[in-house]
Amino acid sequence: MTSPHTDPVPPRGDRSPLYWLLLVPVVVPLLVPLFNADDPRLFGFPRFYWLQLAFIILGVGTTTLVYQLTKRRG
Amino acid sequence: MWKDHLTEIIIFTILFLAVSALGFVAARWRRPATLEHLDEWGLGGRSFGGWITWFLLGGDLYTAYTFVAVPALMFGAGATGFFALPYTVIIYPMAFLVLVRLWSVSHRHGFVTPADFVRARFGSPTLALVIAITGIVATMPYIALQLVGIEAVLKTMGVTGSSMLARHLPIIVAFAILAAYTYQSGLRAPALIAFVKDTLIYLVIIVAVLYIPARLGGWDKIFGAADAHFAANPKAGGTLLTSANQWQYVTLAFGSALALFLYPHNVTGVLASRNRGVIKRNMSALPAYSFLLGLIALLGYMAIAAKIVPLPGAKAGSKDANTVVPLLFQHMFPGWFAGIAFAAIGIGALVPAAIMSIAAANLFTRNVYKEYLRPDATPAQEAKVSKVASLLVKVGALAFIVFLDPQFSIDLQLIGGIIILQTLPAVALGLYSRWFHRGALIAGWAAGMVVGFWMLWVTPNAATRHKHFGGSAYALSHLGFDTKVTMYTGFLAVLVNLVVVVLATLVLRAMKTPDGVDATVEDDYHVDAGDPGVTPTPAEPAPV
Repeated sequence: MTSPHTDPVPPRGDRSPLYWLLLVPVVVPLLVPLFNADDPRLFGFPRFYWLQLAFIILGVGTTTLVYQLTKRRG
Repeated sequence: MWKDHLTEIIIFTILFLAVSALGFVAARWRRPATLEHLDEWGLGGRSFGGWITWFLLGGDLYTAYTFVAVPALMFGAGATGFFALPYTVIIYPMAFLVLVRLWSVSHRHGFVTPADFVRARFGSPTLALVIAITGIVATMPYIALQLVGIEAVLKTMGVTGSSMLARHLPIIVAFAILAAYTYQSGLRAPALIAFVKDTLIYLVIIVAVLYIPARLGGWDKIFGAADAHFAANPKAGGTLLTSANQWQYVTLAFGSALALFLYPHNVTGVLASRNRGVIKRNMSALPAYSFLLGLIALLGYMAIAAKIVPLPGAKAGSKDANTVVPLLFQHMFPGWFAGIAFAAIGIGALVPAAIMSIAAANLFTRNVYKEYLRPDATPAQEAKVSKVASLLVKVGALAFIVFLDPQFSIDLQLIGGIIILQTLPAVALGLYSRWFHRGALIAGWAAGMVVGFWMLWVTPNAATRHKHFGGSAYALSHLGFDTKVTMYTGFLAVLVNLVVVVLATLVLRAMKTPDGVDATVEDDYHVDAGDPGVTPTPAEPAPV
């Protein structure tokens, strides 16, 4: 990323709006109606099990994205 | 009889001894100028990079007990046991920002424990003492439970005896070795052993989830067997949540996630990392273990499909559900691989037990010994006291297992999770806000403790026919609601705690009660390694 600023000191703090994205993988895995069902099955797994395992990907994806996008801010 | 399991026992013993040797060698690993400093012995020099931290925290958060108890819960109660998965998914985005703040302020001020932070932030040694004692009390039964994990394995291999001494001798020997190398090498020992432990665990679980379903006829059959089992025993549970237990599921996952990084041993793992980036990258990488945990949980259903019958428990007529996973391995794998699997669980118990005893010892040293007994203690004296305290903590945990019913440790661990949550306002919210009054934080803590204990007291356990401490699911019908809904006790207790903290702060402010002085400034929460005032190993903690 190129910055139009010449100031070499990056702004400190954890106030980036991107951090609000972290709420997504906290809230979604707690929404029981999303996953509390048998159908559809995937590889023999009921939805309850495969979807909750899939939320791991949501968590990893979001934290990785936020980390990469906010790296320079320290 | 143990002779039938000779191959397993030999493999288990060889791996166990190899790892013990590693624990002693660890003192020389990344060798510092001296180990006689709490930053070195208790925090591994505050120098661990991404990989070491990943293994260390992975070994710390996902303990042997988890690996044994979560599938046991799935085996007994079905879907509710799967709460461990959302719990370990939401924890990382929740902790992402909080832990880096804790890291920064701790490195600038030389904090070793969460209570150190609270002392400086709220200017209250009393509040720090409350936090430290809460941490120690919550950690002790957790260590004891790691022994329950090892015992389940030993029992499955037939290593039991008729007398009390014979029954517990293997555990006493194992713990003596653990105590010796933790004493010598400090946090470096579990950090190094964690590599072996996690490699073994990953190997065993990957083999298990490929091989066992194939033998049982596929995942369809496994879930079918679980469905049929719970259809025949609807009182035990089900493979989906019901309207009565879904709030318990959500609040337990959320409350456990809030509690996880309040445990002193997990703070120890975080503070041992080299810089903020290491922590943030780990928040993305640690869920790999959650995937493992989800698969491990399903071992409980595999045990149902394989028609495993748990071994008898300590009391006549009772069943030890914790033996389900070891029995499944024994039933499915050839002896040599079962031996590897058992070693993975056994070694998996040593890593967290070592870190927990170090964390509890650090709390004692920093927040009791240095605060009240020897304020002028040198870093070398601190390290010495911590080493001895770590031994005492382990002896205490061992006594829990040898002299008390294991059920008592499980009850205490349940209480431990609820009381550690009561440090949330001071430690976690304290990282963000200085608004709370120190007196109010103590009042809120006390209120949360009382309410938490009361809720556990009125909860019966249907399975063991105990009247009290029957689990963390609090029935809202106790409050007069006409409902079957249950919620996590710790979650409700911490809500009460927060309400009291807010109200008491308003009252104390209105009364102009003197508040403590905040020794930290806003910039402390953002510094990273290499910034002024942040050195990898401060020779002396900054004055607080």
